[in-house]
Amino acid sequence: MSGFLGIVRRDLRLALTGGGEMMTLLLFFVIVGAITPFAVGPDQALLARIAPGIVWIAAFLAMLLGLDRLLRPDREDGTLALYRLADLPMAAIIAAKVIVYWLTSALPLIVASPFLALILAMDAEAFWRTMVSLLLGTPALAAFGTFGAAVTVAIRRGGLLAPILIAPLCVPVLIFGVGAIAPMGGPDQAQAAMLLLAALSLMAVALAPFAAALAIDWGEE
Amino acid sequence: MTHGQVHRAITLEVSGLACGHGDVVLASGLTFSVPGGTALALRGANGVGKSTLLLTLAGLLPPLQGSIALAGYDPEDGPAFHHCGHRNAVRPRLSVLQTLDFWAAINGRTGLSPTSALDRLGLGAIAGLDAGYLSAGQQRRLALARLLVSQRPVWLLDEPLAALDAEGQGLVVTLLAEHLDAGGLAVIATHDDLALKGLVTLTLGGGA
Amino acid sequence: MTLDDAPKMRWWNRLAHPGQFVSWTTPLILPLTILTAALMALGLWFAFFNSPADYQMGDTVRIMYVHVPSAWLSQFVYGAMTVSALGTLVWRHPLADVAMKAAAPLGAVYTAMALFTGSMWGRPTWGTFWEWDGRMTSTLIMLFIYLGIIALWRAFDDQLRAARVVAIFTLVGAVNVPIIKFSVDWWSTLHQPASVFRADGPTMPGSILTPLFIMFFAFTFLSITLQLVAMHTEVRRRRVATLERKAVRGESA
Repeated sequence: MSGFLGIVRRDLRLALTGGGEMMTLLLFFVIVGAITPFAVGPDQALLARIAPGIVWIAAFLAMLLGLDRLLRPDREDGTLALYRLADLPMAAIIAAKVIVYWLTSALPLIVASPFLALILAMDAEAFWRTMVSLLLGTPALAAFGTFGAAVTVAIRRGGLLAPILIAPLCVPVLIFGVGAIAPMGGPDQAQAAMLLLAALSLMAVALAPFAAALAIDWGEE
Repeated sequence: MTHGQVHRAITLEVSGLACGHGDVVLASGLTFSVPGGTALALRGANGVGKSTLLLTLAGLLPPLQGSIALAGYDPEDGPAFHHCGHRNAVRPRLSVLQTLDFWAAINGRTGLSPTSALDRLGLGAIAGLDAGYLSAGQQRRLALARLLVSQRPVWLLDEPLAALDAEGQGLVVTLLAEHLDAGGLAVIATHDDLALKGLVTLTLGGGA
Repeated sequence: MTLDDAPKMRWWNRLAHPGQFVSWTTPLILPLTILTAALMALGLWFAFFNSPADYQMGDTVRIMYVHVPSAWLSQFVYGAMTVSALGTLVWRHPLADVAMKAAAPLGAVYTAMALFTGSMWGRPTWGTFWEWDGRMTSTLIMLFIYLGIIALWRAFDDQLRAARVVAIFTLVGAVNVPIIKFSVDWWSTLHQPASVFRADGPTMPGSILTPLFIMFFAFTFLSITLQLVAMHTEVRRRRVATLERKAVRGESA
């Protein structure tokens, strides 16, 4: 347990003290959301209708941005080899990294989402549903993202490839995430979408560390 | 166990080993055994496969042929190998003590406390400073401190004396001697001469 | 220096040696090609001349005889890739990764063909080249997964190391494909409750089934033939790479 917490502590320290990466991610999220009205026009009704989709796309893109700093720096300075020789299983190490990734990429986005909701003309109820759906769905994005990072960690410039690989896997998260906010079919659909989203996140967070651990071990050999 | 023995009586046995990357074979037909309390020095020209052999022994690369076994070692005791490679795994923005403490956390706190280990390696005075400011020699000392905070019987060291000054090199030899006295064993790839008693030399690169 | 000395006794082990595999399966290629060509010719003849035009869509329904088998193959090839991935990871069969690598571009082409023929079919039928219905959207995502896998193979220098990483990605993809299909179907009913395009028509009389089945077999044999040839090519490609590497290092082959 102390090893697990040690990784969480170290990665949090590195993320919080270093280079303002968290702020960059946050800014990216807000900017993507904010420039959409320039592209589609400032019509309030239209913006309110597509706002959930915009927020989710912005969140997805922002989390993709943070993928490369998950594992590549560890590989480059030799820490990944240490992880493979460490006393805790690789899956536990990856699980710790998924948690930190979520805390440093997704949580700031969720905290910043009220601002986007405001400028994209969402009403209060849609806004609360947006927060909940982001809360339920971003763990799945974090888990898939970590898996993508693990698969591409051994490739030079593989940072370009990871988003491409995990985008198809994240489509269900986007579908249910947006479906939980602005259902065309009524509140029952929102309920179903929320539950499916939660199920997806649970499954992804539970299984991704094991798949990622295998990918890392086999990629390094 | 005799007095001073920390590790059980184990032997590293290698038989018919071929190591390399993918299907490129660097060294083959290696058969040797390193009993506890002794050290094996790997010598050979650059590129002959010393580093690859150490990685294979550590389990970080799969052997292309043959087998590696640690006779007398109970897997319940945890991982058996410490590997110190060319890269020191030192990251800026973490302090020296935080770095060592992290390694102790993931490897098991079975040895010296991180503070004592830093003192032992002469880094005690800068324990609170950002590790990004360390010189190459100091980084190497920090990497070696990792060996002290977690007790593992087998040390695999790749050019441990590189970047160290004379005092540092003497310190490494002392640490190695203590490790061997405690019943551990070591495989060291080096171009230098090590003043260790009971040192066996294996030269690689005689041909595939 | 050669490192493979698999016992050449049982056929399973005989298949495990790349050189043996190539020499053992080469005599199969010509008969398979002829069989494929014959089935294709027969199926297309039936499709064009001996099957009824649809009462609603007219002659354009004949695209179905190419569209449906392509769609089936794109799934089938992914299934074969999944089995090969298991072969690489679980059973450590040496040729499983060759099979997996050879299948990926084939699957991508079949998926693209399914999308293209579906698009061609859609234009005269509903007036649009693309329709975001459940089936076509899932096929599009399938294409992205295939292309991602091909990109992943190409990104690694060492193909043997790539094999296991691609295998685990293929397996994770296989687990996710049903989830993706389910979510896309859910999404498409959400946004377009009215029109959902069905690939098979409302009724399937025998005169439609016969050419369809023949084309299914024709495409399946096409897939097997191309897969075999692709595997031979991959085995030879790796042999060439090894020889080149040895020549550079100055060793004798």
